[in-house]
Amino acid sequence: MTTDPTTIQVHQELDVRGLNCPMPLVKARQAIVKLDVGQVLKVISTDRGSVKDFQGWAKAANNVTLLAQSEEPGPDGKTLYLHYVQRTK
Amino acid sequence: MSIATTETATMEVDTQSTLATNGVGDPVQTLEQRIAALEARLAEMESRIPKDKVTMVVFSGDLDRVLAAFIIASGAAAMGQDVSMFFTFWGLNALRKQRKLQGKKLTEKMMALMSPADTKHMGVSKLNFFGAGAVMLRQMMKEKNVTSVEELIDLCAEMGVKMVSCEMSRDVMGIDPSELRPDVETGGVAAYLADALESRVTLFI
Repeated sequence: MTTDPTTIQVHQELDVRGLNCPMPLVKARQAIVKLDVGQVLKVISTDRGSVKDFQGWAKAANNVTLLAQSEEPGPDGKTLYLHYVQRTK
Repeated sequence: MSIATTETATMEVDTQSTLATNGVGDPVQTLEQRIAALEARLAEMESRIPKDKVTMVVFSGDLDRVLAAFIIASGAAAMGQDVSMFFTFWGLNALRKQRKLQGKKLTEKMMALMSPADTKHMGVSKLNFFGAGAVMLRQMMKEKNVTSVEELIDLCAEMGVKMVSCEMSRDVMGIDPSELRPDVETGGVAAYLADALESRVTLFI
């Protein structure tokens, strides 16, 4: 990802902390179809597998693109994985 | 032919008529024919390339295998794929809502009694230890906040995953259609193959 996450305008945040495969992806999918084309969904997950999951989704689907991904330490010591998904169609 | 004012406008038209009269219109026609032929071939090829589709045969009636099947199905559906699941033999137990015994022959009754009544009664494929393995798996899943099989099946149905029961094995195993989930279709091997042939991913679980 080349986009700096801090520069992205987020239209909706989705908190899926604590949920594991396949829920982060399923919930993200449900959320993104409710957005308009061009809008961005920020997904906050604690699932380590979600990093590759979101990359795979963006690659396979033709209606979303992954703008950026980042990691940051969460409040309780668990790492948070952030995904910035934009609806393109 | 006027040259001065309408030069550009008439230029093209003049070139065309010049070509035609000189018999040099043939290459253009040949090219057009070739393009038309190529377009026809392209259209035919496009209709044959695999679609954004995932098909699965669910043959196993083990909790761990059925769980894997539904995780893949829900993941694929979340990624925008068209998902079809074909349940046959032991996999049919995953679609059962309630077990019925009346109106069945003795062998069918025995088969019904020895099969798990639904996913909640399924064992794991290894280390089941007369059911303890399945209980442990469910416990571990709960601890790690993994969605249960029952919830996943409903989620899949909600996301439009097509679930088809194999008519032949359902009949052979003595399962009555009314025992299965109402949202399940029925089909035969050709129903599965028709979908599988145009899918990019097909799995046997």
